[in-house]
Amino acid sequence: MGNLVIRGCCSIKNNRVVLDGECVYQEDNALSASDFFKNVYRNFKLSYAKFFKMDNLSRLGFLAADILINKYDEIKFLKPEDTGIVLSNSASSLDTDFNFNDTIKENANYFPSPALFVYTLPNIMIGEICIRHKIMGENGFLICEKFNPDVICNFVKDLFENEKLKYCITGWVDLINEKYETLLFLVEDTEKDIAEKSTFEPKNISDIYNKY
Amino acid sequence: MRIKDVYIAGDNIITSLGFTSKENCDSILNNRTGITFVDDPLLSLEGLYVSLIDTDKILSSFKEIGDPGMYTRFEKLAILSVHDAVSGTGIDIRSNETLLILSTTKGNIDLMLEDDRRANVNPSLFLWEAAKKIQHFFGSPNTPLVISNACVSGVMAISAGSRMIRSGQYKNAIVTGTDILSKFVISGFQSFQSLSNGPCRPFDVTRDGLSLGEGSGTLVLTSDPRLAREPVIIIGGGSSSNDANHISGPSRTAEGLYLSIQKTLADPISLPAGNIDYISAHGTATPFNDEMECIALSRAGLLDIPVNSYKGYWGHTLGAAGIIETVASVKSLEQNVLFKSAGFNELGVSEKIQVIGKNSEKKLRTCLKTASGFGGCNASLIFYKA
Repeated sequence: MGNLVIRGCCSIKNNRVVLDGECVYQEDNALSASDFFKNVYRNFKLSYAKFFKMDNLSRLGFLAADILINKYDEIKFLKPEDTGIVLSNSASSLDTDFNFNDTIKENANYFPSPALFVYTLPNIMIGEICIRHKIMGENGFLICEKFNPDVICNFVKDLFENEKLKYCITGWVDLINEKYETLLFLVEDTEKDIAEKSTFEPKNISDIYNKY
Repeated sequence: MRIKDVYIAGDNIITSLGFTSKENCDSILNNRTGITFVDDPLLSLEGLYVSLIDTDKILSSFKEIGDPGMYTRFEKLAILSVHDAVSGTGIDIRSNETLLILSTTKGNIDLMLEDDRRANVNPSLFLWEAAKKIQHFFGSPNTPLVISNACVSGVMAISAGSRMIRSGQYKNAIVTGTDILSKFVISGFQSFQSLSNGPCRPFDVTRDGLSLGEGSGTLVLTSDPRLAREPVIIIGGGSSSNDANHISGPSRTAEGLYLSIQKTLADPISLPAGNIDYISAHGTATPFNDEMECIALSRAGLLDIPVNSYKGYWGHTLGAAGIIETVASVKSLEQNVLFKSAGFNELGVSEKIQVIGKNSEKKLRTCLKTASGFGGCNASLIFYKA
């Protein structure tokens, strides 16, 4: 393992999309999360019909990952197993769980929906991102009470140290009841020297999170 | 300082077949299955085959260590499992050098039926909150690491625990996994039409789907060779991967699982393990999963190795599966016994894998455990006798 550098980061929160510190899209009107995500999708011309089958949590993670990978498309030239995805959140898939629960809670009105059930696991969004970008490396979904730079850094660093990865998309994707936020990082294992504030360390991750 | 080896210090399995690893293995040796027909309106509209743990036994067991009224079913099972696994190991669960790792897919999801408030979500529905209750029961100072990655969570958690010990972050890891039966999960799998019409039959030509089960399992890992239980078993390499193909069906060419197996075998810490003597597969008994697994094994050149699935004994226990099945496989190595793949009679997959047809003695040193799950994820792990 060389040096772990934060190549880039994408934040989607409060109806704003911020890529590497620059706001690349925002809506001033108060929109539902659903409508905002659709507008982001259209704005960046993402052209991926499966987006409309996804639940809101997967759409959120998908959008941030897409915007990040489209800028740092060098990963497209690597072997699929060289890039991994390790995400985390607090609410797991509860937002969709409630929607699925609505389809089963009354015996008189019982119609369990497979289209909803498939999204009642938080790691499904990792699957969606992997399918879109042909990423086949290490996966992981961690549940934390709040965004936790130490947990993420330790987990991901261990993967790099054990030579499992060259790149990792990692961070926080949380959504429940219209309240959403995501902060995704693209981390690279590089032989080059890097500036201290770009190293993949809890303090740098935390500083970036607090900026948004 | 890099730690060289990670040892097993203790373990536990709780399923319909028993509350200890020994009870479960004795049931296996007596060819008993814990999958039965259950007709409970709280779980499903019509009766179905599941592996259900005796509620009275949960209560009576828990009364010996705590107040059952203060913990949910999920929490009681997790606590009972950890308690049994840690007992007698010499590992201090209250030490800050010990990390609790919890593997689960849905935690306390059974509570959602009675309490589906979205505005004020029942805190117990958050997996980190359930983990906290387990942590506080034992007086553990560290926030548990919670891994929720579908059915590979358990195998992934064991690898994570092993990595964290080897990097020197912790001396011990108590890796525990639990999932309970619920109307939520049963309805969901029913909507996929992926449940069997009887106890499931992994790899069998008549297999028709999976049987859901509830379970709790724990593996206690340590870097201290003095706490390694005899016969000494060491955790080798482990890895995960994604098919990048479909979110609910496995890759037809087993891309992800094959990749994970290759990475696990090639891991430098797997080298001392030598050749694989036995494969503990995922074997859910769905037509697609079992077919995918045989293709992965074929591509990896592992067709000649005895292989089984435990899901015919206690069903698919989701977040607990990777852990309880690893513990059973550890018992297999310890006792030099190949456990029959319950529910199997005649091979029903396209590659000639060697499914274990009956309980039999064999000198065993090294096991490869595999797992796959929704979201296209796959994971594998090697462990071996020192």
